[in-house]
Amino acid sequence: MIVRSLLLGISMLSLTVFVAQAEQKQEIEIVYFTQEKTAPPALSNLDPFIQDKGELGAELAIDDNNTTGQFTGQLYKLNKVIVPIDGDVAQEFNDKIAGKFSFVVANLPADDLLKIIDANKPEHTLIFDAGTTDDSLRQRCGSDVLHILPSRAMRADALAQYMLKKRWAKWFLVIGASDEDKLFAAAIKRSAKRFGMKIVAEKAWDHTYDARRTAQSDVPVFTQGVDYDILVVADEQGLFGEYLDYRTWIPRPVIGTQGLIATSWHRAHEQWGAVQIQNRFKEQKGRWMEEADYGAYLAIRAVGEAATRTQSSQLNDIKPYLLSDKFALQGYKGRPLSFRTWNGQLRQPLLLAAPRSLVAVAPIEGFLHPKTELDTLGFDQPETKFK
Amino acid sequence: MKNILWTVALCAAVTAHAETVYVTLEKDNALAVVDPIAGTLTKTVPVGQRPRGIAISPDNKFLYIATSDDDTIKIIDAETLEEVGRLPSGEDPETFAVSPDGRRMYVSNEDDSQVTVIDVQERKAIKEIKVGVEPEGIAASPDGRWVISASETTNMLHWIDTESLSIVDNTLVDPRPRALSFTADSKFVWATSEMAGTLTILDAETRQIVKNIKLEVPGVTFDKIQPVGVAIDKDNRWGYVAMGPANRVAVINAKTYEIEKFLLVGERVWNLAFSPDQKRLYTTNGVSNDISIIDLASHKVTKSVGVGRYPWGVVAKP
Repeated sequence: MIVRSLLLGISMLSLTVFVAQAEQKQEIEIVYFTQEKTAPPALSNLDPFIQDKGELGAELAIDDNNTTGQFTGQLYKLNKVIVPIDGDVAQEFNDKIAGKFSFVVANLPADDLLKIIDANKPEHTLIFDAGTTDDSLRQRCGSDVLHILPSRAMRADALAQYMLKKRWAKWFLVIGASDEDKLFAAAIKRSAKRFGMKIVAEKAWDHTYDARRTAQSDVPVFTQGVDYDILVVADEQGLFGEYLDYRTWIPRPVIGTQGLIATSWHRAHEQWGAVQIQNRFKEQKGRWMEEADYGAYLAIRAVGEAATRTQSSQLNDIKPYLLSDKFALQGYKGRPLSFRTWNGQLRQPLLLAAPRSLVAVAPIEGFLHPKTELDTLGFDQPETKFK
Repeated sequence: MKNILWTVALCAAVTAHAETVYVTLEKDNALAVVDPIAGTLTKTVPVGQRPRGIAISPDNKFLYIATSDDDTIKIIDAETLEEVGRLPSGEDPETFAVSPDGRRMYVSNEDDSQVTVIDVQERKAIKEIKVGVEPEGIAASPDGRWVISASETTNMLHWIDTESLSIVDNTLVDPRPRALSFTADSKFVWATSEMAGTLTILDAETRQIVKNIKLEVPGVTFDKIQPVGVAIDKDNRWGYVAMGPANRVAVINAKTYEIEKFLLVGERVWNLAFSPDQKRLYTTNGVSNDISIIDLASHKVTKSVGVGRYPWGVVAKP
């Protein structure tokens, strides 16, 4: 670990010297900050564990920024700081990043992100959260952190809009055992209330060894005796949700974290130029672009867009631009993306996707809003305590 | 008797204004042939994988069609609709521009961030010019001096000098520039920005922006106003902008730059083409799978013609 950071330090130093000698380009350095992960338990081998989710999206964004930079005299550099599995995220942030860099793209779980937010001085460093979907993180006052991925509330609202359109008004909610599952379920409940839908049954999936082994017999019994339109599942890690489809007592579709999902990116998405970036990513990186890659990509493209428009590399110019009315980010989803100034959330359309097809894009037609229909998803300004 | 009269009348109409409109159908892998006077679909012929950009040679003999998933631009005989050759367009061609003399073609290669220049006679690529990320809209000035390539993700117009075939200037424009068009006198360029909902007009001499028009429609939220195709009439009186999911074509006074009116057309209106006599404008409507025909004397939509799935590009032949 010491050797690694030393090497990184040396390479950074030599790069800086090289660039300073080469030409007078405006330099914008962006840190990609994450921690190594262990492979989580998985239900099937179809989707292999990907260690560099997010990182490759960051790389592509830097390349795209630099293609533009060659015409604007700006040079973007990616500085990856990857904390080892047993490392301390807050410690690494303090040692390597705090006070040294203006832009940090963090791909971290919510609790780790909160630690670095607390350690950070927003006047020196702008943190882009490209990893969490946590609503509580988005209920902190101010916009010292910009959240790229849609929150759970936005996802639940997107699903609810679709279910309302389909008149699937009676929901059977199945909740997994993890804390994240409970947060997703809370978002679903909020959406049900918001759109006047009814949760007619709510059950916890115990997740015992037996239950997993006997899905075929267990799921019918589990779903028996309730009259409902659709089964809504909260299983963020994917430990049992895939078992539900085709195994329910009465024939009902599955929606939520499995079945039909709401996501900011999906491999089935190819409208609005998306096929271009899907191809570019696959060709260069050898795998599909994942949601985490899209998150890191957008964060770095946002810096690039603001740096191009302001012709500046300074946080003091770039951050106000990101939060201004002028900022409009192209995100391959048919509408310009921008930040909600009240909580730093990137407003964006959500893709409603089945494993192999794009079913709909939220906001669903007919859900209106006085400012932008994108704000029908998630916590709108009047619903928050911030101005 | 009645039938005969009808036939005679139809024949007279056809001989008086013989005209053919060609529409690429992205999802049908086909070309639709439309009689715009009768307002009917004449026929549909297979043309290759994912046809998008379409143009006609200055002598009206050949159609050029970018069949994106075949990685080529096909040369199609405009009469027989047979393929007579292919041009080395580079990967995934979508949009391209033909020089006014018909000798050169400039192709946007979105995935490779470059423009490929093709010698049409020799059917050879003669140069690749590096541009910004995802070049899309491209236009050649009628006087032959400029080619402008718009890169969607870099948000720039790249001014390519046609003598040296190199970029001499770049203009930053609003987010996601899509399409552009020169005025007939080559003095001005109109460029649409899809994500900003704006039209930017530039002076080709100074390469400076002279006007930026925000397209706003009462009752339509700003993020649905996504201008794409743009066309200006030869007398420089009116300009027309296809507004994508706003389902309208904006009619803009080319002298005062005032928006005259919005014409409701089909869903997700994409590209535009004039009839050769410039009495009509044709629009491709990507979601409603039809084209709209606009009468330009009255500025009214007179007809829509169902053509097939995902109509993309359109061109008319006398």
